[in-house]
Amino acid sequence: MTPRHVWRDPSLRPVVAASLTLSLAIGVFGVSFGVGAVSAGASVAQACVMSLLVFTGASQLSAVSVIAAGGTTASALGGALVLAARNGVYALTMGRRVRGRLPTRLVAAQLTIDESTAMSLAQDDPVAQRAAFWITGGSVYVFWNLATFAGALIGTAIDPVTFGLDAAFPAAYVAMVWPQLRTARGRDAALLGSVICLGLVPVLPVGVPILCAALAVLVGVPAPSAPSVPSARPAEPA
Amino acid sequence: MSWTLVLVLAAGAYACKGVGFFLLAGRRLPAVVDRCLALIPAAVVAALVVKDTFSAGQELVVDARVPGVAVAVVLVWRRAPFVVVVVAAALVTAGVRRAGWA
Repeated sequence: MTPRHVWRDPSLRPVVAASLTLSLAIGVFGVSFGVGAVSAGASVAQACVMSLLVFTGASQLSAVSVIAAGGTTASALGGALVLAARNGVYALTMGRRVRGRLPTRLVAAQLTIDESTAMSLAQDDPVAQRAAFWITGGSVYVFWNLATFAGALIGTAIDPVTFGLDAAFPAAYVAMVWPQLRTARGRDAALLGSVICLGLVPVLPVGVPILCAALAVLVGVPAPSAPSVPSARPAEPA
Repeated sequence: MSWTLVLVLAAGAYACKGVGFFLLAGRRLPAVVDRCLALIPAAVVAALVVKDTFSAGQELVVDARVPGVAVAVVLVWRRAPFVVVVVAAALVTAGVRRAGWA
């Protein structure tokens, strides 16, 4: 876990500072999620339990937006689970790095998300990698859940559309996808996924086009000619 | 929204993390599988951008979200902090709506 001295270690100050900045942004995002969830018909308890147990923003937002648009539970689940699958990819990497007893590792698995993975992989030595993982994962967990609760309480008191919160989500996704566009393969997958999704929106039930967009990962099937294989690089801490 | 959705999603999301963390972390996957898995965020998150910008239910629409997201793209390109990107997009969309332009 995070020993107390980690917070006083000067070499980790940049990580702590970055985690706190990130947590502020996560807070804004979490409030938007809470408001959106309650507007889509979730109770305050449902919104909070979702953030506590699911704890992966894009999946939660995707599920809520499908429900808000009148989609079924099954289609909301499908799209959200495809998004959640990327945490499994991050977990492949973090499972090799994070040490500890089983309960510690069970908690670590839950904290394996875009931000904690990216911050950890940005460090040079294994000790700093583990510390960055726990500091970032822990602070994002705390802020995401407090913000969800606040947003859910505000809930229907504000109309998300009036405040442009419906544009906040795609804007957040833009920031998340940006680091993925550094490689040609990433750009191809992003373009193909977007085209598949938009092309299918008018003809398939809400939530299903996102599932189909995942087929765009097949651009990764041909072996790369250059030695630079895109690694399982998570979205950078936004 | 149903509790089924909340709880099944929670179980599924943790299962994704757990499978990677406990079952697969020690093994080598075929290179082709690694390459495809690494592209999931690019494919799916890009699709989410266009879906949440250009669709309302099953209809494709161009409304006040488009200028908001366009501003977000410029800000991300100019390396603005995440919180600035999100707040600016919301403000632009809200402003365009309030002005009655879209």
